Amino acid sequence: MAAIKDFIKISDTVWEIPTGYKEGMRVPARIYATEKLLREMDEGVIDQVTNVATLPGIINYAYCMPDGHWGYGFPIGGVAGMDARTGVISPGGIGFDVNCGMRLVRTNLTLEEVQPHLKPLVDKLFERVPAGVGSTGFVKLSQGEFRRVVELGARWCIQNGYGWQEDLERTEENGCIAGADSSKISNKSVERGYKQIGTLGSGNHYLEIQVARPENVFDAELANAFGITKPNQVVVMFHCGSRGFGHQVATDYLQLFLKVMEKKYGIKTLDRELACAPFSSREGQDYFAAMKCAINMSFANRQVILHRIREVFSDVFHKDPEELGLHQVYDVAHNTAKLERHNIDGRYREVLVHRKGATRAFGPGNPELPGIYQKTGQPVILGGSMETGSYLLVGVESGSQTFFSTAHGSGRSMSRRQAKKKFQGKKLQQDMEQRGIYVRGVSYSGLAEEAGAAYKNIDDVVAATEKAGISKPVARFVPIGNVKG
Amino acid sequence: MPYEYLDDIATSDAAFKAWGDTLEQMFIAASEATMNVMVGDLDTISEEQHREIRVDSDAIDMLLFELLQELIFYKDAQRLLLRVSNLSISEQDGQFILQAEARGEELNMEKHDLVVDVKAVTLHHFRVEQTAKGWEAMVIVDI
Repeated sequence: MAAIKDFIKISDTVWEIPTGYKEGMRVPARIYATEKLLREMDEGVIDQVTNVATLPGIINYAYCMPDGHWGYGFPIGGVAGMDARTGVISPGGIGFDVNCGMRLVRTNLTLEEVQPHLKPLVDKLFERVPAGVGSTGFVKLSQGEFRRVVELGARWCIQNGYGWQEDLERTEENGCIAGADSSKISNKSVERGYKQIGTLGSGNHYLEIQVARPENVFDAELANAFGITKPNQVVVMFHCGSRGFGHQVATDYLQLFLKVMEKKYGIKTLDRELACAPFSSREGQDYFAAMKCAINMSFANRQVILHRIREVFSDVFHKDPEELGLHQVYDVAHNTAKLERHNIDGRYREVLVHRKGATRAFGPGNPELPGIYQKTGQPVILGGSMETGSYLLVGVESGSQTFFSTAHGSGRSMSRRQAKKKFQGKKLQQDMEQRGIYVRGVSYSGLAEEAGAAYKNIDDVVAATEKAGISKPVARFVPIGNVKG
Repeated sequence: MPYEYLDDIATSDAAFKAWGDTLEQMFIAASEATMNVMVGDLDTISEEQHREIRVDSDAIDMLLFELLQELIFYKDAQRLLLRVSNLSISEQDGQFILQAEARGEELNMEKHDLVVDVKAVTLHHFRVEQTAKGWEAMVIVDI
């Protein structure tokens, strides 16, 4: 990895790589991290974030968040704002799992009330929310109807009885991003995805029962505003994306961009995974409209999963979901590109903000936020490893320095192969159960790959985002039950 | 098998190198490596179903990309786990054409040791090259 001396230290949590580091860099790169996290980052991060800095139309800096690690194209944790008129759009800056994100649901139950029912609860969730390779969901759709789903997102789910009206305003983009055009997606992408609504997928995707212990509530007023009001309150958090549909949309356009990028638009990139097209071009606009379909598929997927969670809780506790207070706190994505207005040197400009493994974190008063969160700022949900814990944070005004973007999780520090060599899935499951975390997974080797020690310390990541002024912690949740993809 | 997973590349994904004396053998090895990320023991896949695969490309590396994407497509669209055989590659007017047979069965959580899903083939560090011994590919798949 680049030595610490290659960086210009801007502050204790911001490290700059100047444009002289690599030929073609249009802007410097900035890594948000403590010195400890920076030293732990793999060399791929430095190479990839400086590659991003060479893309046409990039504004200010190529950023990497404190949970950053080696990805493909952009690093995971990469953020780049492109000028909407002169810049590019790149699938490698969004990820194959378009709109992969987190949803947080609160309950009015406490740990003491849930504990006696924990096993049947997790077992039933494991049964009703399918996970793992090639899993399919219970919503039976024709391919034609699926095309409607990807244009309407979570709104389609509410119209079809899979959720409550209030869920929509508690979802980024109200659960339906405008401009999704299903004439821009391939039949192949539809075939891959139309049976997968309501499924978690695999890898680091999960559904967790968690507890907000009183000592882990850092800002009682904000926690209260987000519905975290009582000691040892139980919440449900889950992480998943747009499944095979989103993966195919990204693959389709990656291939198209490779064909036109250099020949038609004269753009060269340092990594083919950064294949891109001018945002204003026909290909760029087509991808934007197709990618929005994947955004909506992902919102619909998480909405149907929420519906299933409400059913399961209702079955296990013999009460209506309303009585159990199963309200959604928020749904936020961490693999997207969004057209947003940002203040650049005193002037508002349209910026296409790519966030890949990075979360949007708008501060209080942002017009994009729903009424209930206007005063607080946007809830930000960070998923940690299945053994350690996760966070609820909030966006802050000083987040403008990163186009209002922050971390998305704890970020891996160990590769999947290394983790599988070091940990044994079955033993890990038993150890976790002894520590009070009941896990159900599709695969033991898949479980081993997700061991807590394969991830960075999430407390360090959160502390770095707070110190840098890009988000602020509200509460930390510890897991007690987990359904692993 | 003529493939090897690489430990220290692309932290959250899976990377491998695949080899073969011939281009065709290397393509089969890369197919096996891709499927082996998802299924712990490929020998548990019975040959119950059959699909003909035909892909083309103007570049040899993108021909491999297309083949691996086909396997990922069938896994989601038809829940099929497939192994590739009888693979042939021909060239016509600068276009490479691949034809192969793929045999396998529907995935079954009880029967197959399903490890982790492959979402896509990435082009990060993706390459196909001729070496002194034959052919070699480097692939990173998104998990």
